[in-house]
Amino acid sequence: MRDSRTRSKSRWAAVPLLVFVVIVFGVPMLVLLGGTFTKEGTLSTANLTESLQGAYLTALLGSVKISALVAVLGGVLGTFLAQAVVTSRFRALREAVLTASGVLANFGGVPLAFAWIATLGNSGVVTTTLGLGQHGWSLYNFWGLTLVYLYFSIPLQVLTVVPALDGLRPQWREAAQNNGASTWQFWRYVGIPVLTPALLGGVVLLFGGAFSAYATAQAMVGSTVPLVTLKIADALTGNVLIGHENVALALSLDMIVVAGLVMAVYLPLQRRSARWLR
Amino acid sequence: MNGARVEFRGLRRRFGSTVALDGLDLTVEPGELIALLGPSGCGKTTALRCLAGFEQPDEGEVLVDGSDITRVPANRRDAGMVFQSYSLFPNLNARDNVGFGMRVRKAPAARRHARAQELLELVGLPSVGDRYPHQLSGGQQQRVALARALALEPRVLLLDEPLSALDAKVRVTLREEIRRLQLSLGITTIFVTHDQEEALSMADRVAVLRDGRLEQVADPATLYDRPATPFVAEFVGAMNHLPGLVSGDRVTVLGQRLPVEGPSPDSARVDVLVRPEAVLVTPVDASGGEGDGIVMVSSFRGSTARLRVRLDDGTEVLADVPGHDSARFAPGTAVRVGLVERPVLVAARPETAVAAAIPEPDVV
Repeated sequence: MRDSRTRSKSRWAAVPLLVFVVIVFGVPMLVLLGGTFTKEGTLSTANLTESLQGAYLTALLGSVKISALVAVLGGVLGTFLAQAVVTSRFRALREAVLTASGVLANFGGVPLAFAWIATLGNSGVVTTTLGLGQHGWSLYNFWGLTLVYLYFSIPLQVLTVVPALDGLRPQWREAAQNNGASTWQFWRYVGIPVLTPALLGGVVLLFGGAFSAYATAQAMVGSTVPLVTLKIADALTGNVLIGHENVALALSLDMIVVAGLVMAVYLPLQRRSARWLR
Repeated sequence: MNGARVEFRGLRRRFGSTVALDGLDLTVEPGELIALLGPSGCGKTTALRCLAGFEQPDEGEVLVDGSDITRVPANRRDAGMVFQSYSLFPNLNARDNVGFGMRVRKAPAARRHARAQELLELVGLPSVGDRYPHQLSGGQQQRVALARALALEPRVLLLDEPLSALDAKVRVTLREEIRRLQLSLGITTIFVTHDQEEALSMADRVAVLRDGRLEQVADPATLYDRPATPFVAEFVGAMNHLPGLVSGDRVTVLGQRLPVEGPSPDSARVDVLVRPEAVLVTPVDASGGEGDGIVMVSSFRGSTARLRVRLDDGTEVLADVPGHDSARFAPGTAVRVGLVERPVLVAARPETAVAAAIPEPDVV
């Protein structure tokens, strides 16, 4: 009796959080849905249709493309860097890389863009010193933006997988050797399967980070690289055409659907790779 | 499976300024179970890891059946190893853990599973094949690890403190089972432990290591009854150090004259080494006059009770009495103390303690 009363009382503790979630996620979602399916005061799918055509579709696909590329490249490079740091004999190097990763993973927005513009932009220090401009170098395109996104994505992957790499016990490697396995076979049968849940989690995180990035791209490439976040901003501010605010909402809905699709692929993979954890 | 002869020859290994192995020489006979016993840092694990191939000795060699394997990579040695704990691959179930070595050797799945099942039955776990390591108890995990170590029919089995993370009851059961299996398979086995009880109860021979060197290697009874050095005497079982005075081939201790085991030392004043079970204590009853000492502490251990008795001159003596008798030896009881009439070991007395602690004997 007393137990159940205590339990029901303790449930009230979650109320502030639930209220917060409803306000911060629920209300915008309703506004988003309402706006998406309204055109000139009537119910319509015209906004959604428009958001999946022409330049808007190109931008959506562009965002997916750059995010996927950043997620895969950042995931692989970050994992190798993390492994190098974890197996290094130099404790100071490990501390330095982890601290730097903590800072760089949170380096974004306009400051990040300016850091790169000042270094490798058309008049950047490195560009002019090495005369890169004559060799056709430009930071302001798809690959330049990928490079800049990797700058915060690789450290993020390092932070995500280092704990998992630390969790690989030396006994597993030795037991594998003792059973006749080569280094490659150890990674193939034990190391990589054990790390997969963490690696997948990291890759999804990187995808999300790149997919939702806006300010860096805005400051760096403007509209040269088509990205959905830039299109949303344009449509909301009436930068190109006025009266397209609801198309911006439809594009946001498209982003939510893409994120949902990524999760739909990720979750079963995650569940499968972490089967041995349950 | 039949066992191989294993030889360590002049094995040396340093880690920075620490000497882990300082010229270890030891031969393990085919089919023998030998325990490497010693305090932490004595080099026992390093010796085992040199044999497994996880460490390279700086000097010396490791031979299996006469052939030098010192430079053979770890994954090509014919030795199965069981680690201290948590060595099962967490992403593989028990069956795949046991079959891991066969998978690496590209054996067909059906044969691999059959063999894994056979081994799981051998270690008494026929129905855990589908379980993942975290679904098994500590004892079960070590059984599976044992099955995995035996799966490739190695000629040497290496056990690196495999029981130390288990609770007392499981430890005893499992050590008996390991011994039973080892005897039935006839596999040469090297067992590293810091637990003397484990070493004495399982091994054919026990090698006591200290600072990377072999102190003594002998069967358990010899090791216990006739330790070759004071270190072994101290490390294996409890030992009393009683002041004594040697004359001829006899030593006077606690007013008794007993024969000296082995060569007599140069000095007359010695430490006489006596096991607690060789100390006889009798309570002094009301009519019986004066005792030799007082019981300070009595710890009941089931079949026996260990007493700590303080003699009138301040010396403390450990003595074992039958457990059912322990009530007669409550703390504060006055007791008479004597020694069993049999040859005793003596050791040179450490300089500092000499004059103060040795009473002049009344009768020589």
